[in-house]
Amino acid sequence: MKQGAAMGTAEIHTGSAYRSKRELIFKRLKRDKWLYILLTPGLLYFLLFKYVPMWGILLAFKDFQPFLGFMKSEWVGLEHFRTFFQNPDFFMLLRNTLVLSLLNLVFFFPAPIILALLLNEIRLSFYKRTIQTLIYVPHFISMVIVASISYVFLTTQGGAVNEFLYTYTGSKIDFLADPDWFRPLIILQTIWKECGWGTIIFLAALAGVDVEQYEAAVMDGASRWRQIWHITLPAIRSTIVILLILRMGTILDNGFEQIYLMMNALNREVAEVFDTYVYALGITQGAFSYSTAVGLFKSIIGVVLVLGTNWLAKKFGESGLY
Amino acid sequence: MVKKQYRSTGEVAFDIFNYIILGIIGIVAILPFLFVVAGSFATEAEITKRAVFLIPTTISFDAYKFIFSTDTIVRSIGVSLYVTVIGTIVNLFFTVTMAYPMAKRYLMGRNLILNLVIFTMLFGGGMIPTYLVIRDLHLLDTLNALILPGAISAFNLIIVKNFFQELPVEMEEAARIDGCSELGLLWKIVLPLSKPVLATFTLFYAVGHWNNFFSALLYINDPSKWPLQVMLRQIVMLSQSAAGDLSLMDPNFVQPPEQSIKMAVIVVGTLPIMCVYPFLQKHFAKGVMLGSVKG
Repeated sequence: MKQGAAMGTAEIHTGSAYRSKRELIFKRLKRDKWLYILLTPGLLYFLLFKYVPMWGILLAFKDFQPFLGFMKSEWVGLEHFRTFFQNPDFFMLLRNTLVLSLLNLVFFFPAPIILALLLNEIRLSFYKRTIQTLIYVPHFISMVIVASISYVFLTTQGGAVNEFLYTYTGSKIDFLADPDWFRPLIILQTIWKECGWGTIIFLAALAGVDVEQYEAAVMDGASRWRQIWHITLPAIRSTIVILLILRMGTILDNGFEQIYLMMNALNREVAEVFDTYVYALGITQGAFSYSTAVGLFKSIIGVVLVLGTNWLAKKFGESGLY
Repeated sequence: MVKKQYRSTGEVAFDIFNYIILGIIGIVAILPFLFVVAGSFATEAEITKRAVFLIPTTISFDAYKFIFSTDTIVRSIGVSLYVTVIGTIVNLFFTVTMAYPMAKRYLMGRNLILNLVIFTMLFGGGMIPTYLVIRDLHLLDTLNALILPGAISAFNLIIVKNFFQELPVEMEEAARIDGCSELGLLWKIVLPLSKPVLATFTLFYAVGHWNNFFSALLYINDPSKWPLQVMLRQIVMLSQSAAGDLSLMDPNFVQPPEQSIKMAVIVVGTLPIMCVYPFLQKHFAKGVMLGSVKG
């Protein structure tokens, strides 16, 4: 061990000149054997729980029969995809998914940026830290709790909000069952839960801005607004672009838990999205092949969107993700 | 910014507005939860009389007594605690053992492994194929189904790997010359230097396990193995009584108001997080930024 450990990278390169490649590989494997042993559990995890399921995607092109098993089930090509695209549910899912994502993009995405800009203007560090501590809390609360709190306050049977409404207006609103309230509720929950947490990355980017730039701007008579506009915002532009790219990739992902928990028979028309549909058909009804096809369709669009946005970002002179 | 400059009335107004608005946002972030805590201590009379309050006039522990006298909820708390503790240990073991070798630039095959990991962040098998793998491994309806499929988060793995990579190489070399083995190096040098990162990821993984709902929904059908989050949904959203048999057994038993039971279950479901939050809070902002996107 000692002899192997003392050998640095440089030695290997000079040594390779007169050793055969195979011998070298063997030698390095032997020298780093403990590292490879350490790697094994992690590699097994990725193979078993990430790469084996990828192989399972082939189900989307088969007609899976439980008694025949994976290998013997018949190939049906793109039939499941065809059925899905011809199903009226397809347009409902696409619409609900895109509307929710778009609302998130418009109302949720800018919120942490604005909040970070406001926080950045606070000079009293005690006050700033207190506010930060408070706004990070909701991130650590589970979606079930968030949905539960919404239920407890919004229910028409003794919920605080409706009791309040009843006292002052004489009528109640069934927020939880009314399809018109579904989308605002989802967006509000997301903002409440994740907005504060989202500021971390922007605040870190803001902390890296050169103070001299502000000094120079003040010398030139720039107001606070102009400082924000000309120095602060450009400084975090690349961070914003990177997060936007990541966001594009998840545009068809609306957060299964949240939608599933807030969905009911009355608001299904606006609530059902790709993920909840896959769950309902696949897990609860056992239509494995069909729901795998729906899930695959979603994943592929997601990957295309990430790569596409990344390409666009590079075209506009930003660094992009990779 | 640096020296005290002349400040226009506009700027002063902006500052005052800013302090007030952020104060309000800070309060709004925890207010709903405070209402729930207050409601969980309320009596029936209080809840029908006042819609929203922060301090109940008469404090009652009936809701909590009720919760802890029922088998179903206590059992689900046990399941959640077990999964959180064992699950977090498994997470840390898998993440550290994989991140450490991956941090060695000279390791053969390192780039291939890194790319394999990154690929899983971009594309995955999806819900159904993963479910079938879990099923074929006979993990359905076992608590291992809540632990093993999430043993490593690719994102966390890469951050830990980047952190290990940034550690000074000289220290490792010195230890090697002194005859330290590879495992000794990891245990005696690298891990003690990584305490802040490990604290952060312990928190993230533990919170993830405690809050987990999705895996239990997918993989656990047996109600006696439901973690607290699933039980919570049954009680609050599906309005299923926590344990109806209790009132039948004891004639003197007065069921506390439905609303406060629900609120008390919500409090119990959040309590462990509220307990560890203050201790780990100072680490995580730094931990998140370590090795991640450098804006």
